[in-house]
Amino acid sequence: MASLKVLALALLMGASVLAQSPTRLRADASSGQAYGVGRTPTAEEIRAWDISIGPTGEELPPGRGTVREGAALYRSTGCAGCHGATAIDGKAPILKSKAPPNVDVWARGRILPLRAPFATTVWDYINRAMPLNREGTLTPDQVYSLTAYLLFINDVIREDEVLDATTLPKVKMPIGNDYALLPEWKPRTHRLKGYPH
Amino acid sequence: MGSKRPARRQFLKSGAALAGGFTFGAAAPAIGQTHHSPPMIKEGKDQIAYGDRSPHVTSVRIAHGGRPSPDNWGLTFHVATPLQDSVGVITPSSLHYMGTTRGSFLPDIDPREHRLMIHGLVDRPLTFTIDDLKRLPSVTRLHFIECAGNRSSRRAKNVQETHGMTSCAEWTGVLLSTLLKECGLKSGASWFVAEGAEEVKGASSMPIAKAMDDCILAYGMNGEAVRPQNGFPLRLMVPGFEGIFHTKWLRRIKVVDRYYMNYNDYGHLDRDPKVAALDYQIGPKSVITFPSAGQQLPGKGFYELSGLAWSGGGAIKLVEVSTDGGRRWNKAEIKGTAQRMAHARFGYMWNWDGQETELQSRCTDELGQVQPSRAQIAKYWNRPFDATFSVPGLDNSIQPWKIAGDGSVTNGFA
Repeated sequence: MASLKVLALALLMGASVLAQSPTRLRADASSGQAYGVGRTPTAEEIRAWDISIGPTGEELPPGRGTVREGAALYRSTGCAGCHGATAIDGKAPILKSKAPPNVDVWARGRILPLRAPFATTVWDYINRAMPLNREGTLTPDQVYSLTAYLLFINDVIREDEVLDATTLPKVKMPIGNDYALLPEWKPRTHRLKGYPH
Repeated sequence: MGSKRPARRQFLKSGAALAGGFTFGAAAPAIGQTHHSPPMIKEGKDQIAYGDRSPHVTSVRIAHGGRPSPDNWGLTFHVATPLQDSVGVITPSSLHYMGTTRGSFLPDIDPREHRLMIHGLVDRPLTFTIDDLKRLPSVTRLHFIECAGNRSSRRAKNVQETHGMTSCAEWTGVLLSTLLKECGLKSGASWFVAEGAEEVKGASSMPIAKAMDDCILAYGMNGEAVRPQNGFPLRLMVPGFEGIFHTKWLRRIKVVDRYYMNYNDYGHLDRDPKVAALDYQIGPKSVITFPSAGQQLPGKGFYELSGLAWSGGGAIKLVEVSTDGGRRWNKAEIKGTAQRMAHARFGYMWNWDGQETELQSRCTDELGQVQPSRAQIAKYWNRPFDATFSVPGLDNSIQPWKIAGDGSVTNGFA
């Protein structure tokens, strides 16, 4: 009987160990990880993977580009083939507004180098997604130049402006602050305060 | 009945005579089918390995919004689910709707090579293989996804065109909160960017509060691996948010301190903060899938009206059906237990008197948000409810179906 009691006690203790919360079972308490699964990437790996260019432009690589170089690249790298020689006459989305600059920016079409609140979004998208089927093949200089050209044909920058990691985030886009920020999201709340539907 | 008796006797005789070598001649009627074997479906090794549906079931997805998929460049754009044929709440993976922002080629990703990187404002950046993720605690949940463009119009001919850009599946994976706790959030971490591995590397900004609440990194869908069209080997589920946030072929999560204005974010901008809010978390919405436009009732009598209800605000609590154009509302039966941010199937027994009428459904979610009519939405915005009125944000308005005296069903907005 006594040995059975000991066995039962041992089983109970075993069960209590298993029932401990994951934080008590940390693979490495000093690291703060509960499970210790996954691998730490090197700084080099993160740089290679991180293609996000945020509004501050802090991730922008060194390099520079001009409108003149961008105009030549627009033809030589194939942009014109899909978007059209005039940027409004291709099969792919138009890249220049057909409406004049005095028209409200929200009425001039959803055109990236015109409607985007930050010029960094234009750089980011050309770099990550263009040209179709050859994404990621443009050099930073080429992306700066193409960005400059598209901003120029939409009357956002002057023909002689040079874009680099310092000047690009400072480009004043026509939309200014005239767009809505998303509401602070909280779980289990109405999608719009005071809206019953 | 009397006229059929001789035929039956004749059949029984010939059936006895032909015992063994059974043929079913024109003279033999359908009576006595217990003796009749249907023709065979020829199955090859492929069908034994992975089954096909019946050749008599022909329900298919269609291109949505006028742009073909694949398009001129071979890109997939928007493809809608055949809700008119749906039963239950799970959309078969083969029929799940698809949507892409620019259009996308379908990436062929080797799951052994695939990596997820989490970095940015975290204490410990980490990369995970799919096998790593499968070692971590998993969840299995039903969730719908709905495209922001899922909008009924007067031109739409059936429920696939009016509502087919939503689907619901069972998703299995790891909570994003589990991984972010592994990485440790730094102070100032308020948003995250999720990015896909497809050629366009689509990326969206989302609030960290959502990541810590219920986002799932899903590797399983409806009992098997997520299909390539739905993000194999890994996709982000953002329950109740518009479809564009549910990043497919997920390769990277960057924790940041601001809305990052990715291409997808820019494309999603609104001018009015109220519209922006209504283009984010999806509102309560329902639709009757049977009978629906393009279908035909054979005559008066009982029918179980059947439909789907869902909300980005949580679980569906109540579904009501009107069979008289919205004058009286009757409580419908929710089949099973409604899940949070999942389609709920409802039914209502209706005895049609053969007269012209209009069917509608509306739902209420666990937050008390009630699906509105278009007239109610116009009233909220102080706008006249006429042909030019367009619902701001994602359209969650009540869909009317007209029933004609001959049993034909058409779009009530037409």
